[in-house]
Amino acid sequence: MSKGFGRKNGTKRNGPIISASTLKNTFDRRSVIIGTVQGGVGVLLAARMGYLAIAENEKYRLESESNRVNLSLIPPRRGWILDRNDAPLASNRADFRVDVIPGRLNDADATVDQIGALLNLNPARIADLKTTIAASSGYQPVEVASGLNYEEFAALSVRLPDMQGVVPQRGFSRFYPTGCSVGHLIGYVGPANAEEYDEEERNPLLVTPGYKIGKDGLEKQFEQELRGVPGARRVEVTASGRIVRDLETREDIQGDPVRLTIDGPLQDYAARRIGLESGSVVVMDCESGDILCMASMPSFDPNSFSDGIGSVEYAMLREDQRVPLRNKVLKGLYPPGSTVKPMHCMAFLKAGISPDETIACAGGRRIGNRFFNCWSNHGTVDMAKAIYQSCDSYFYHFAQQIGFDAVADMARTTGMGEEFPLPVISQFYGTVPTPDWKLNKFGRDWEPFDTVNASIGQGYYLASPLQLAVTSARLATGKHVMPRLTMNTPPKGFDQVDFPDDHVAYVRQAMSDVVNGPGTAGRGRLPFPDIQMAGKTGTAQVVSLSVSDGRSGPWKYRDHGLFTFFAPVDKPRYAGAVVIEHGGGSGAAYPIARDVMTFMFDPAKGLEALRALEQQWGGTAQERLEARYAAYAAERGETVIAPPRRDEDIFDRVEAEARLAAEQSQEIADEFVAPRADPTSAGSPPPDAGIPAADTGANE
Amino acid sequence: MSSVVPAPIARQPWGMLIPLLLLVAFGAAVLYSAAGGSMQPFATSHLIRFSVFLVMAAIIASLPREFVRLMTYPAYIVVLLMLVAVEAMGALRGGSQRWLDLGFMVLQPSELMKPVIVVTLAQFYSTLPVGLITSWRALLVPAALIALPVAFVLLQPDLGTSLAIAFGGAVVMLLAGLPMRWFVIGGVGAVVAAPLAFFFGLKEYQQQRVLTMFDPEADALGAGYHITQSKIAIGSGGLFGKGFNNGSQSHLNYLPEPHTDFVFATMAEEWGLAGGLFVIAVFSIILRWGLKVARESRDRFASLLAAGMVATIFFYIAVNLLMVMGMAPVVGIPLPFMSHGGSSMLTNMICIGALMMVNRWNRNAPRGGLAS
Repeated sequence: MSKGFGRKNGTKRNGPIISASTLKNTFDRRSVIIGTVQGGVGVLLAARMGYLAIAENEKYRLESESNRVNLSLIPPRRGWILDRNDAPLASNRADFRVDVIPGRLNDADATVDQIGALLNLNPARIADLKTTIAASSGYQPVEVASGLNYEEFAALSVRLPDMQGVVPQRGFSRFYPTGCSVGHLIGYVGPANAEEYDEEERNPLLVTPGYKIGKDGLEKQFEQELRGVPGARRVEVTASGRIVRDLETREDIQGDPVRLTIDGPLQDYAARRIGLESGSVVVMDCESGDILCMASMPSFDPNSFSDGIGSVEYAMLREDQRVPLRNKVLKGLYPPGSTVKPMHCMAFLKAGISPDETIACAGGRRIGNRFFNCWSNHGTVDMAKAIYQSCDSYFYHFAQQIGFDAVADMARTTGMGEEFPLPVISQFYGTVPTPDWKLNKFGRDWEPFDTVNASIGQGYYLASPLQLAVTSARLATGKHVMPRLTMNTPPKGFDQVDFPDDHVAYVRQAMSDVVNGPGTAGRGRLPFPDIQMAGKTGTAQVVSLSVSDGRSGPWKYRDHGLFTFFAPVDKPRYAGAVVIEHGGGSGAAYPIARDVMTFMFDPAKGLEALRALEQQWGGTAQERLEARYAAYAAERGETVIAPPRRDEDIFDRVEAEARLAAEQSQEIADEFVAPRADPTSAGSPPPDAGIPAADTGANE
Repeated sequence: MSSVVPAPIARQPWGMLIPLLLLVAFGAAVLYSAAGGSMQPFATSHLIRFSVFLVMAAIIASLPREFVRLMTYPAYIVVLLMLVAVEAMGALRGGSQRWLDLGFMVLQPSELMKPVIVVTLAQFYSTLPVGLITSWRALLVPAALIALPVAFVLLQPDLGTSLAIAFGGAVVMLLAGLPMRWFVIGGVGAVVAAPLAFFFGLKEYQQQRVLTMFDPEADALGAGYHITQSKIAIGSGGLFGKGFNNGSQSHLNYLPEPHTDFVFATMAEEWGLAGGLFVIAVFSIILRWGLKVARESRDRFASLLAAGMVATIFFYIAVNLLMVMGMAPVVGIPLPFMSHGGSSMLTNMICIGALMMVNRWNRNAPRGGLAS
C-alpha cells in the first residue's frame, strides 16, 4: 500500500556509507512515513464515517426504515358487476389462496412439486405452473391455487419457513355466479402481466400477490371504476421476509359497482337456451335502449380463466369449431339474409313505393337481361306478402327500381354498419355494400346481381347480431334507439323519429304475420293468448350451392339461421335478434327467440321449456362445459398444445380469426347467391357439440 | 510513581492496555447486541478467548530475545509445513480447506503466518550484513520467504490473508532500508499486474466483489448487497446511533455477518459516529504505541519485528474498515479485537504480545544503549 511513498527518502544508490546508524535513520524516517500513512488512513476513515453518518444520514435512515418496514398492500376488493336489478353478475368470494414469487424461489420446480403434492394439484396444472414460472419475470406473483380449504391452507402455512417465495394468504377471489353465461360479456380477471405493469408506471399494486385486473370484456373496460383503493399493512420484517410484528393497518376501499342494463336471469336463460348450437341472442328494451341480454355461446367459464388459462382448457376451447373464445354478439359477422327485408321495405316506402304495389313472382324475376331465382313461386306479391312469405323477387325488383344506394342509406340509418357507443373492448361493424364501396374495395363495378344479392341480405352484406337487434328495435319503434349497456348512461335517440307512424304500423303488421299469420315462422308463436311476437326469419348462405345444400353435410358449410323480432306486436317493448351459426336455416333460430320471449313474460313457462331441452342435451351449459372439460382432459391431457403466454395473444388470435370467418361468406358474393328455402326449419340435427368431424364419437 | 501499585504491574504498558481492554469490552457489548441481546453465542466466547490470548500474550511478552531469534526459522518452517498440510488435506477431501484439525483445536495456519513472516524477515535483515542491504540478496531471499506462504494461501484460495502476509512482509522490507527504487519499481509493477491478476488470477466471485465496490447499487440484491447494507447501517446510525440493542439492520438480518466482518457496521448503527470515532481512536492509540515501541528500540531485529506487527494489525483494521464503509472490496477480513472469531484474535494477540515483548526488551536495554 505504501510502497510508492517517500521516494526522496530512499537511500542513495551510490551512497558510499551504509552503516547501522544510516539504516536506523532510514528506519526512523520510513517508520514516520508509515505512521503518517496510517494516521492518514485513520483520518480518511473518520471522515468517511462522518460523511456517511452526518451528510448521508437522512438517506440511509430512510433506506434502513424501508428495509425494516415492509409496506404490504392489501388488494382492494373489486367492485361488483350488477345486473339491472342489482343481482351480482360478478362478485367476490373470500378464499384461501397461494401464490409464488418466482424471483424468490430457490428451486422453482422442487417447490412447485412440493406444493403440488400438498394440495393434490393435477399433473397438467403442475406442468403449466412450471412453464409459467420459468417464463415469468422475477417479482410478478404467479398464482398456484385459490379456493383452498382451511386444512390445505394450514398445511402449507406450517411449511413456510422451508419455502421461500411462497405466499399463502387469505383474500378475495372473483366469482361469476352464472359462469359461462356471462363469459364474453363480463370477461374475466387475471394477474397483471409485465406490459400492464409497465403501462401503469410500475404500480406496486399490480404485483401484489393475489391482485388481479380485468383482462377482457367489461372487467377490462371498467377496470378503474372496479378497482378501488388498496389498503396497506405496515409490518416489521427480517431480511428473509419473516414478519416480526404489525405496525399499522389501513383497510382497503372496495371498488365501485358497475350496474349493467343486463337482465341477469334473461342472460343466463338465453345462453342456456342456445344449447348445443353456436350462436348469440341479443335482447333490447325498446323504451330505453337497454341491452337486456347479449349471450354468446358456447363460451368459457370466467371463473376458471381467473386462475390462469390452463393449457388443457385452452386446447379444448381452441379445437372447438364453434369458437368458444369469440364473442359472437360483437365479433360475429353474418350475412343478415332475409332479416333485412322489413328494413328494405322501409326504404321502399321512403322512396314512395306504395305497399299495395304488386309484382309477379314466377319462382324468380328477370332483372335486366337475366333471370334470378326466388326460393319459391309466390305469384302476385305485395309488400306485406313479400315480408311474411319472404319473397325474394319482390326485393330484386324494387331494390333495382330505387337503386341500392337508397337501400344502403336506410340500412345505415337502422344501425347496419354502425359502431355503437358501448363500453366494450371492440366491436365489428360489418358491411353495407354499395357501388362505391365495391369499387373501392375490389376495384370492380357494381353489377345487377350485386343489387339482387344485397336486396335479400346476401352478397357482401355483413352484420353483427347486435346490429340486427338494434335494427329490429328501430323498426319496431320508428325511433333512432341507441343501445346502452350501463344504467348510468342516459337513453339516447328517442327524440329522433326515423320513420312515419304509418310505415311503422305497416311493417309491424307484416312482421307479425311472419309469426302469427301465414308467414315463415309459424312455430314461433308465443304461448300467450294476449301477447304476440313479430319477427323476420333469415337464412344466410356461407358457401355456394355447389359446395353444400346448406342443411346437411359438414357443419361449417351449413347456412346460418337468423331471426329478428320484437314483442308485443301492438306496443313493442322488447326487440332482439337470434343468430345461430350454421344452424341450417332460420328454423334453428326463431324457436330460441320464442322461448327467450316466453321467459321474458313468464319465466316459469320459459324455464319449463328449457328444462325439457336440457335433459335432452345433458345438462345446463355450465354442466356440459365441465363434463366436456373432464372428458377432454382425461383423453387429451398429455398432448395438449400450450396456450400463448399472454392472454392478449389469445384474444388477438381469436379476433383475427373472427375477421377471417366474417369474410368467408363474402367470397361467394362474386356470383348471384341462389336463395334458400328460408321459412323451413332445416330440421338438421344440431352440430355434434363442436367436436371436429375427424374425431367422432369421442364425446357426447 | 506511587508505590501502592506493585512494580511488575506498574511496568505494563497501561497506555495501550487500558484502551485495548475498553475496546474488547465494547466489542463484547456489540456482539451481545448482534446475538439479539444475549451473551450467547458470541460475547461470552469473545471475552473468554481474549482472556486466554491475553495470558498467551503475556507469555510471549516474557520471552527472551535470544530464544525468539533461535525459534524464528523453525517456526517459519513449521507454519509453512502446516500450510502444505492444509493444501494436502484439501486435495484429499476434494475441496478447498483453510483449517487444520489438530484434534484438540482447529487451527488456521495462514493466520499464524502473518506474525511469523514478520519475525522471519526481521530475523533475516538483522543478520544480514549491513553493507549487503542494497544487494539483490536482500531482496530475493525475503521475496521468496514471502512468496512461498502467499502462494499456498492463494491456493486455498484466501486472497485477503495472502495480501495481509505480503503486506506485513513488504513493510518489514521497506523499514529494513532496501533501496526505495525497488519499491517504486515494485509499485509500478503491481499497477501493471493488477489488471492481469484481476482478469486471470481472481475467481469470478472475487472479480464481482471488486467490481461491486465501484457501484454497489448496481446489483443491490447480489454482490453489492453486503456493501449497501453495511453503508445503510453506518449511515443510519447518525451521530449517536439508534441505541444499544436497537439496530434494525443487524437485528433483522439485513446486515450480513453482523458479528464478524461487519461488526463495525453493527456497532456504528447502534452507537453512531461517536462509537465509530471511539473505535478509530483506540486503534490509533494502539498503533501509535506500537510504532513508538518500534522506534524506541535500539535493536534492529526488535524494531523491525515491532513495526511489522503494527503493520499486520493495521492491515486488518484498514481493510476491514475501508470495506465496511464501501471503499474496498468485500474480502473476509475481520476487525481486530471486536469481531467474533478465534483465528484473528489469536493473530492480533500474538502481535500485541510481540509488541509488549519488544517493549520489555526496550526497558531492559533502554534507549541510548548499545546497538546490536
